[in-house]
Amino acid sequence: MNLMAQLPVLPVVIPFVAGALALLLPKGRAPWAWATFVSWLSFLASALLLREVAATGPVSYHLGDWPPPWGIEYRIDLANAIVLALVSGIAAAVAPFAYESVRAEIDERQSPYFYAAFLICVSGLLGVTATGDAFNIFVFLEISSLSTYALVAMGGRQDRRALTAAFTYLVMGTLGATFFVIGVGLLYHATGTLNLADLHLKLAGQHNRVVEAGFAFILVGIGLKLAMFPMHLWLPNAYAYAPSAVSAFLAATATKVAVYVLVRFFYSVFGLDFAFLGDALTYVLLPLGVAGMFVASLIAVFQHDVKRMLAYSSVGQIGYMLLGLSFGTREGLAAALIHLVNHGLMKGALFLAVACVVYRLGDHRCAAFSGLARRMPVTTWAFVLSGLSLIGVPGTVGFVSKWYLLEASFAAGHAWAAFMIVASSLIAVLYVGRVVELMLLREPPEQGPLSEPVKEAPLSMLIPMWALVAANLYFGLRTEFTAGFAEQAAAALMTVSGGR
Amino acid sequence: MISPELALPLSLAFPLVGFVAIWLLDKRPNWREAATLATAVVLLALAIVVFQAVGAGARPAYVLFEVVSGLPIAFEAEPLGAMFGLVASGLWLVNSLYSIGYMRGHGEKHQTRFYMCFAIAIAAAMGVAYAANLFTLFIFYEVLTLSTYPLVTHKGDAKARHGGRVYLGVLMATSIGLLLPAIAWTYAIAGSTDFAPGGLLSAHAEAARPVLGLLLALYAFGVGKAALMPVHPWLPNAMVAPTPVSAFLHAVAVVKAGVFSILKIVVYVFGVDFLHETGASAPFVWIAGGSILLASAIAMHKDNLKARLAYSTVSQLSYVTLGAMLAVSAGVMGGALQIAAHALGKMTLFMCAGAIMVAAHKEKVSELRGLGRTMPITFVCFFIGAVSIVGVPPLAGSWPKFFLMLGAADAGQIAMIGVLMLSSLLNVVYLLSIPAVAFLKPAKGADAPLEKEWYAGPLYDGRNALPRDPVKEAPPFCLIPIILTATGAIVLFFFSGALYDYLLPLTETGR
Repeated sequence: MNLMAQLPVLPVVIPFVAGALALLLPKGRAPWAWATFVSWLSFLASALLLREVAATGPVSYHLGDWPPPWGIEYRIDLANAIVLALVSGIAAAVAPFAYESVRAEIDERQSPYFYAAFLICVSGLLGVTATGDAFNIFVFLEISSLSTYALVAMGGRQDRRALTAAFTYLVMGTLGATFFVIGVGLLYHATGTLNLADLHLKLAGQHNRVVEAGFAFILVGIGLKLAMFPMHLWLPNAYAYAPSAVSAFLAATATKVAVYVLVRFFYSVFGLDFAFLGDALTYVLLPLGVAGMFVASLIAVFQHDVKRMLAYSSVGQIGYMLLGLSFGTREGLAAALIHLVNHGLMKGALFLAVACVVYRLGDHRCAAFSGLARRMPVTTWAFVLSGLSLIGVPGTVGFVSKWYLLEASFAAGHAWAAFMIVASSLIAVLYVGRVVELMLLREPPEQGPLSEPVKEAPLSMLIPMWALVAANLYFGLRTEFTAGFAEQAAAALMTVSGGR
Repeated sequence: MISPELALPLSLAFPLVGFVAIWLLDKRPNWREAATLATAVVLLALAIVVFQAVGAGARPAYVLFEVVSGLPIAFEAEPLGAMFGLVASGLWLVNSLYSIGYMRGHGEKHQTRFYMCFAIAIAAAMGVAYAANLFTLFIFYEVLTLSTYPLVTHKGDAKARHGGRVYLGVLMATSIGLLLPAIAWTYAIAGSTDFAPGGLLSAHAEAARPVLGLLLALYAFGVGKAALMPVHPWLPNAMVAPTPVSAFLHAVAVVKAGVFSILKIVVYVFGVDFLHETGASAPFVWIAGGSILLASAIAMHKDNLKARLAYSTVSQLSYVTLGAMLAVSAGVMGGALQIAAHALGKMTLFMCAGAIMVAAHKEKVSELRGLGRTMPITFVCFFIGAVSIVGVPPLAGSWPKFFLMLGAADAGQIAMIGVLMLSSLLNVVYLLSIPAVAFLKPAKGADAPLEKEWYAGPLYDGRNALPRDPVKEAPPFCLIPIILTATGAIVLFFFSGALYDYLLPLTETGR
């Protein structure tokens, strides 16, 4: 059997099987080493897949050799190949980082469970991305969500509030998944198929209540999963109280995968011929995206907890992606995909920097960041650089995102949207600048537990963090892998959906 | 000899080499300062190579790489940029000498960080000078903002934090909120952001015309470094920085990068003819004129020497903006000459202010009475710098005023001639009063009734003067740079003709 022929399924299957095996390992270093090895394998497979798709076009893989639309099809085109590379890449960076961080924050006896849940979560997110089958998306969505609830709850040893956060997330996440599966059920009722490509063919020309209701259910369900404002309420606490390494992984991947699913349903399943989609873009995505950009960003300014601040910022940043999508143009779609990848990179780096602070100081409130430049300079500069990326300073990925969003706004004839985007970036200047000023210009706390002398974080944490910071800078200057692929992917999606 | 094409990227790379060298020599201050000076000398040599090549008619260009399709990081030297590059690198050398004297004389902390940030700032200024398109200009513009933030907040106390907040807040808000969308809009209209002789947008007149005024407003206020009122507050707030920062960055590199950008955008993005024909820039002539007078009026009320100089800078920067917005070739020429002339004059004044701080620990104008006798060289140089800014021949500052008035007449904006005349009078009041106080008033406490004769200056007969104070100037590292720039302000008067010829290609496509 040729391993390369199985490539489309490998990124998903490897961590899935390995996750179960992780449970059998003794506590201590072994589960971590296993998870790191596996996430690197998975990243390697995704990178090879991306290369293949970029060179030869979309690949289709029939699970168990059952031909679609009866069997489950894994269909990889550029759009999901990029997301696969992002998710597995972030996992490959977070896994080596996690060892010290998790040892400090989680009961050691739980470590096999933690890494098992982590790998299953990676596998779930990759599965959602890779599959070409609507019901399979639901299955993997649940796999990733269930493991995420467990991962978030493991923050309970540090802070009991993680338990309520995990429970809220569970309720909201289950609601979202239920809405989604009802939507898929309605589509199945209307078409008799679950294969995405087949759905697109059979939905063509159908404009009835069943299909519209299915669309609405899917939009709300995925909207909950991607934390579309105002359905974001589960997100800030989940990110704030989860173990730091988990926050970093989730913030960089989970909502991005949900955004991808939305893109997939909008453009590959329903298509722009579906009149209801146009209304949803104009009357739902556009206002909610803009509202999220402003309201969530403003809330972020007033947070005292840096992890919560970054979490609210994530909700705001998702607003940019929704805004890009809502134009319904090729440029807008490309901008949304670019920002999806870029935001994963910057939020991953930022949360890893916070994790380093938590590792040394055991606190992620603003007070811990006071005078950090003296105490942990390497971490501080990683935070500053990725913070600049979040603002969108030229030379970083954030700028590339902003530029494409601005161009998309002007191209779509929405000059006002361009000004919304930059105005919201200015709010990012406020909340990032606040923390940066604390780190660079304040003195370390003089009393209390935070005043004790601390060292820089260990190398096993610094290297993965700086790898992500370097990615922020590299892809800010050379964009053929991010923007280049995203533009091609957007063009391909637009062709399928019948747009221009 | 290095080819001018290669000199462009080298003049960006070399300060970064200096940056690393300064970092490594942290523990050996003398070697560290030698690294700064060596870098400055090499940079000046590179700038001269570029300047000469451009003067010979060449347009050396260098493309680094394309970031996003259609948006390369590219450099191309033309007369205005070559002049700005030469002014910035030449004055950096002078200022580096001065920094050594000031920072040591003043016993400042974190000197390594100070010199490191300076090296990045000058690299960014060179990037702005040689940028071949708006995108490249924007990148280095932002680097300049960020690299000077640690310099502004150098002291690290509450006042410095507040100053830094305003500095970064205003500059980032304008550049991200206004300049970036303006550039993106330009790209959306023209499909490129390249600086083109005759104007990038004038080639797409149909698409550009409806939004021309709005775009110009976005650029005029988006380039916050040009300090056009009301986006000027960052400049007075930047005065919390050590004086060499105020002298070089906030009288030369940063602010001149701002007005340079305005001039470059007007000439190469809009096109002087296009603006003249559409009249889109007329409102900005009045805004710049208002900025000139208002800032001067505020400067008169400032007793703190550096604050007074800062508002004077706000006023003088708007001369360049005014020249650009007049949209005639004489105005552009006046603005371009003002960049060089004001740089020399204002840097002299700031360095004098720093020398006074180091030698006499005085910061307020009212404390300077009688100080002219203890620091004669400093105050003579201050006088020269001030007279140059007022615009009296034979000093460099007189030519820009001449051309600006010519431009105002050409553009039919007769009122602006009045504004310029009035502004010169105001300059006399708030700048020349400083050496007058220092030379003609006795030291404070000598004679109380003299308070009444505050403005009696020249009429005062010196009867009640105290015995002459011993001369106590600032250290030579401070004093020599001041003498250099003051001499420069005189020399430039006689070479302005050559500079005029040099800058002439700038206006060839203009009216």
